[in-house]
Amino acid sequence: MNEKNKAILFNPLSKDNPVTVQMLGICSALAVTSKLEPAVIMAISVTAVIAFSNLIISLIRNSVPGRIRIIVQLLVVAALVTVINEILKAFAYDVSKQLSVFIGLIITNCIVMGRLEAFALGNKPWPSFLDGIGNGVGYGLILVIVGFFRELFGSGTLWGFRIIPESFYEAGYANNGLMILPPMALILVACIIWIHRSKDKNLQEK
Amino acid sequence: MNKEGNTYTLIYSVVIVVLVALLLAVTSQVLRPKQAQNEAIDKIRRMLTAINLSSTNSNAEQLYKEYITDAYLVDAQGNRTEGEAFDTEPETELAKPKAERKYPVFEAVVDGNKKYILSMRGAGLWGPIWGFISLDDDKDTVFGASFSHEGETPGLGAEIEKQEFSREFIGKKFFDKDGNFVSIAVVKAGKTVQEQDYVDGISGGTITSQGVNAMLKASIGAYEPFLKIKQ
Repeated sequence: MNEKNKAILFNPLSKDNPVTVQMLGICSALAVTSKLEPAVIMAISVTAVIAFSNLIISLIRNSVPGRIRIIVQLLVVAALVTVINEILKAFAYDVSKQLSVFIGLIITNCIVMGRLEAFALGNKPWPSFLDGIGNGVGYGLILVIVGFFRELFGSGTLWGFRIIPESFYEAGYANNGLMILPPMALILVACIIWIHRSKDKNLQEK
Repeated sequence: MNKEGNTYTLIYSVVIVVLVALLLAVTSQVLRPKQAQNEAIDKIRRMLTAINLSSTNSNAEQLYKEYITDAYLVDAQGNRTEGEAFDTEPETELAKPKAERKYPVFEAVVDGNKKYILSMRGAGLWGPIWGFISLDDDKDTVFGASFSHEGETPGLGAEIEKQEFSREFIGKKFFDKDGNFVSIAVVKAGKTVQEQDYVDGISGGTITSQGVNAMLKASIGAYEPFLKIKQ
């Protein structure tokens, strides 16, 4: 893997992160991060969808008419997601039950369309695939961080297992109800952006 | 050929739409039998959960044969009637006029005691919710419950699926001490209600909890004549 591909794969993890720098996919970051488990499942599904839709669009990029390119992108993403859902229903029914609501959310995720439009339409298949993986993981990273804090402080559990001991509750500790409500996800994302930008001065706006 | 021309665009869109439609149709047709089988096993597993048995995809059908002793339909008057119970969904029955509806009842024997498994269906926040509830042979006290949903919010409304929620129902009663059907209420955590049994709802999943509350009242209420026939 050459330098350029490395940059394509790893830049979205930090200095070109889709959520904290490009400000995409915030809506699903609110919806699925009240617990850690759905956040991880969403992260994996989105990574798979971005990577493969990037690959397909990149393969057909020279034949797509410019005027209907958005429609073609939507068609590819929606078809891909539907086929994956059908396959999961047949061979991994439990996973598909977990994913139920996410399927629709993946199609509407602005990162998917954003990467198709900004990258896959102008690049070769392999770099496009890497770009999809990089952006999916970059998005997933933020989801997992937010999900971690929301579940820990909102429910006192992680991955469904109790972390904060009963003795804390007896001593008067209470779960923070605000944590499981969507506004707290926004506040947490903002905190991550704050920390991220204070560490990386290049990201600060003049 | 001009790539931006109308003819090319038109042909391109027709070709790609037909290709995608074919792909989806073939996928759906090929996978349908396998999916239907999974759905049936899932239904069995939820039924087994309602009598507090944990099962896996591989042993569910065997456990079903072992524990479920009888399956039949009851009509609006609570009398046993003709029909296939397993394939009868409350969803389709609720669309019929009240007098024509049939409700599935499954009888199970757990540790020598007879249990009745009843089927429920209602509406959550984003889509349908459904489940099974099992009663002791007094047709009143809850022995176990299991809930499912199509697309409730993960971490909030979707928590009704978890055992932490369904276990709360064990031991609760649907009838008051005078023998009137009062259902079991789902209330906000920490709240109480008078003259009926209640369980705590899901924090942050208020609409889904209210949906469960309404579902219990409507679906189990529909079985009221059957439940009042004591043996």
